[in-house]
Amino acid sequence: MAERFRIAIVGSGPGGLSAAARAAERGESHVLLEAEPHLSNTIYRYQKGKYVMDEPGILPLRSPIPFVAGLRETILEAWDESSARLKVNVRHRHEVKSIQRRADGVFDLACTNGAKFEAQAVVLGIGLQGNLRKLGVAGEDLPFVQYQLDDPDAYEGETIVVVGAGDAAIENALALAKQNNVVLINRKDEFSRAKKGNEQAVLKAIEDGVIECYYNSAPERVEALNAGRKPGRMILSTDKGRAQILLDRVIARLGATAPRGFVEACGVTFPSKDPASVPAISPQYESNVKGLYIVGALGGYPLIKQAMNQGYEVVEYITGSVVEPADAPLLKAKFSGLGGFRSVDEALARIQKNVPVLSHITPLQMREFMLDSDIRTPAEGETIFARNDYTNSFYSIVEGEVRIVVEGQAASVVLRRGEFFGEMSLISGRRRSATVVAGRNCILVETPRRSMNRLISSVEAVKREIDRIFIVRAIQSRFAPEATHEQLADMAANATLVRYKAGDNVFQEGEVGDCLHLVRVGSLTISRNIGGKDVVLTYVAAGNYVGEMALLGESRRSATARAAIATETIRLDGDAFKRLLAKIPVLKLRLQKEYRQRTAANLAMQSAPEGGDIISFLMAQGAGEATDILLIDESLCVRCDNCEKACAETHGGTSRLDREAGPTFANVHVPTSCRHCEHPHCMKDCPPDALRRAPNGEVFIADNCIGCGNCERNCPYGVIHMASKPPKKPGLLQWLLFGRGPGPGEAPYDAGIKKDGQAKKAVKCDMCKDQAGGAACVRACPTGAAIRISPEEFPAYAQSRR
Amino acid sequence: MHESILTHARSRYLWVALALCLVSIGLYVWHDPDPVPNGGTWLGYTLGTIGALLIMWLLLFGVRKRSYSTSLGSTRGWLSAHIYLGTALILVALLHCGFQFGWNVHTLALVLMLLVIFSGFFGVYVYLRYPALMTRNRENATRDAMLEEIAEIDQNALALADGIAPEIHAVVLRSIENTRLGGGVWTQLRARDGSDIAIARIRDAIAQRNTQLGAKPAPLKAGQTIIAMVDFLADQADDKQTEALRRLIDMLSRKRSLATRVARDIQYQAIMEIWLYVHVPLSITLLAALLTHILSVFFYW
Repeated sequence: MAERFRIAIVGSGPGGLSAAARAAERGESHVLLEAEPHLSNTIYRYQKGKYVMDEPGILPLRSPIPFVAGLRETILEAWDESSARLKVNVRHRHEVKSIQRRADGVFDLACTNGAKFEAQAVVLGIGLQGNLRKLGVAGEDLPFVQYQLDDPDAYEGETIVVVGAGDAAIENALALAKQNNVVLINRKDEFSRAKKGNEQAVLKAIEDGVIECYYNSAPERVEALNAGRKPGRMILSTDKGRAQILLDRVIARLGATAPRGFVEACGVTFPSKDPASVPAISPQYESNVKGLYIVGALGGYPLIKQAMNQGYEVVEYITGSVVEPADAPLLKAKFSGLGGFRSVDEALARIQKNVPVLSHITPLQMREFMLDSDIRTPAEGETIFARNDYTNSFYSIVEGEVRIVVEGQAASVVLRRGEFFGEMSLISGRRRSATVVAGRNCILVETPRRSMNRLISSVEAVKREIDRIFIVRAIQSRFAPEATHEQLADMAANATLVRYKAGDNVFQEGEVGDCLHLVRVGSLTISRNIGGKDVVLTYVAAGNYVGEMALLGESRRSATARAAIATETIRLDGDAFKRLLAKIPVLKLRLQKEYRQRTAANLAMQSAPEGGDIISFLMAQGAGEATDILLIDESLCVRCDNCEKACAETHGGTSRLDREAGPTFANVHVPTSCRHCEHPHCMKDCPPDALRRAPNGEVFIADNCIGCGNCERNCPYGVIHMASKPPKKPGLLQWLLFGRGPGPGEAPYDAGIKKDGQAKKAVKCDMCKDQAGGAACVRACPTGAAIRISPEEFPAYAQSRR
Repeated sequence: MHESILTHARSRYLWVALALCLVSIGLYVWHDPDPVPNGGTWLGYTLGTIGALLIMWLLLFGVRKRSYSTSLGSTRGWLSAHIYLGTALILVALLHCGFQFGWNVHTLALVLMLLVIFSGFFGVYVYLRYPALMTRNRENATRDAMLEEIAEIDQNALALADGIAPEIHAVVLRSIENTRLGGGVWTQLRARDGSDIAIARIRDAIAQRNTQLGAKPAPLKAGQTIIAMVDFLADQADDKQTEALRRLIDMLSRKRSLATRVARDIQYQAIMEIWLYVHVPLSITLLAALLTHILSVFFYW
């Protein structure tokens, strides 16, 4: 018989717990279902002593349970205490496996342990971590089979079978192998999913016999044994037959199933297939299933405080109380500059009405969008952004107009109310292609990159509209600024977006060319086969085109264009392009001029193929997605490490570069240091959006970093790490005259001493954006070995190193 | 692109230094003091002041190098100027004293200055030559990676030796104990490590074993290469232990090449740093001598 409650809350994270606590406080009938034997599993799983931050600081907390920045232990303790005090009806070890809405509007909830519940409303607060994937064979729940490893040093002298081939499995296997006998089970014959460093480390460990590895193998069953020295065994099917391993422990690291499948099974729809998309929810957090509410990270709100506020509010909404969202004062302050402001809802509606591209989004998305965005009312003639700035925010025109100043043209393009701009840099990750100046009575909404990308990935209509405009504008700005939209319509209609993975050929030498490609995201290398060897001639960054040679005379491709990194191009149809050429004679002259320059540059490179080897080497280090990379000439570097010292001294005591690490080719050394990628991997999953790009291109971490470590994990180049601030050093004179240490450039006294409870934040190179003289590493190099260059300079750089 | 300290900004400071030298020589030739050129004439005082200021400025390089947030030129530019103007200082100082030397504090200052400058020349030579040697020697590995590999070979060699014979095990163990990388200044500069000894000992052990077995003593000579030794082993009776021994020798020769490379790496680094331990203290001594020189000159008045 199912128990009946008014509100069932699934998941006891910040959102769910806060909702349950509010329900308990109000005396509502409720149940909080949690799969684990403790509350808030995600935070519970944080490492011991981790400092949890409470960004955004400006948002007030509205919840019956307390939350201030502090140690993981303190926060969990306070939550346990208040949940007990408020008599929250929590059921641990109740993993919900299905939620069905009956015709009478009541929800049936079924748990994996057989328990059943009925509820009038369901609050889903299960976060994004998902459930750990299990072995899926008999014995997967035996006590010695575990799916997580907290402390590898806790085991000694055991035979441990690690299942999986991802980073987690490899890291666990390597850590355990120090004092245990480790067997690794890999379903495939390689470790292609893992990071390069992990892959190399595990292959080496296998080769050295430190870890035994079964490739192309999968567990068939796990059994507990009563006799013998080992408590269990695993039967394994391998490509050579069946095998048996006697073991003490199984650690399976098979990743997690994204919660999306479960959420969809509950009837909730997602707007697109994009994994980043979040389900559409109403301003009251209600999903498309009536009575099913979604709070926290699952609904697109990754921060603890946001989730807790939503938990509180959602209970108010369910019980029919009217409550102003916690963010209302913030929005009010934002809109205060807007002429004729009456209410937040009215202002939101007005913006949506005026800007068609925003009309497709739900009120709650609009609210979130405006919370992240800024309203700007620049004076007439004020520059909004300048050509070659590295900013990547997106602007919508709510009122008035702006002028786009096109280089080399007297007349400027005017954009009016309802139009948008800034999408070029947002998509390509490169510098602004034109200067934009404010017109009269101009009111703009400036949206940061992350919020805009989230919107693009969750609302298909927004994506379509932006892509359409992008194509027209890209063609116009790159080829024919003088052409009218009508002249370009034909070509735009025939243009398609094509995606390439790193290493894919866009076209190959000798093919018949029937199109040209305008690189929209990523970059390409151009190479020719000379004497049976691929020689890289040049590098083509986003914003440039390739393949025009085949349309201007030669019918076959004279070189191979290959994606250096994940790349997206606009494929322009050859016939449409030829028609455009016929209409605009000046275009042909312009293309021919560029064609001649390119051919000359290619010939120069062909005569010195070693230069191409350097470009290939740099591309192999991922420099194709860089905007600025530190290179060290090892024939000049005296290994004094003054670069690292300068970095540490100008950045709170922690160096953000590792000079020695990294590969070298022909004396060109690529140290471990940030390359300020066009589309920074570190920005991918930053809950407080602390990773930003400054106008000069520097990717930096703002002060609102919460120290979660996502960026550290997402960076493929290992240039981000977590550090706390070391104590202040005495000045130069104090050191020089009185011997007060540590001196400039010397390590601080207690470097390496880890202090628990001290806030650790992510640190990375910010290209010394706050230093008057520019990058300290380069300025401090006494021998001129260190330079920073951008990929556009690679061909010239390669030639200079002949 | 990369610019070395000598070609920095199209060797701007070379031209500055040359101009300083030419002007000084011109004035020296044109100026005809009575009785001979010396530090007491107006030109002598002028050149002396220039020289003293130059020394003070050259000393400031140590401060500039540690001022990481200053925007006052690049360290490379400073070093380029430091080298060229420091070289020009030789001429300025010689013209200042009118080539008059004696056993006094004044000449002491001059000698100290020359020592500092010539140690600096050595530094320039080292900075231009050794970086490339170091890169070549490292073969794309870091020193830590090489040390790690050595430690690993040690482990494996020990495990292998364990299965051969107790005396071989002892030899390998001793070899591990004997491999010393780095250490005092002299050890660092000599670039020696103890890894050679192990191979010699194993060779002895093979010879000994063969003698015990009644075979002819191994015709191994001191200078013989490892390859020759492996060939020699291959000729021997095909038993498991010989095979293991051969693998052990492979391992140990790999270790020796690594150890040699690490030792050389340390040596290069030491050479690139050691001259500063002469250059800097001498320049501080020079400062003291210079102050004494200036102060004592005032007593002549």
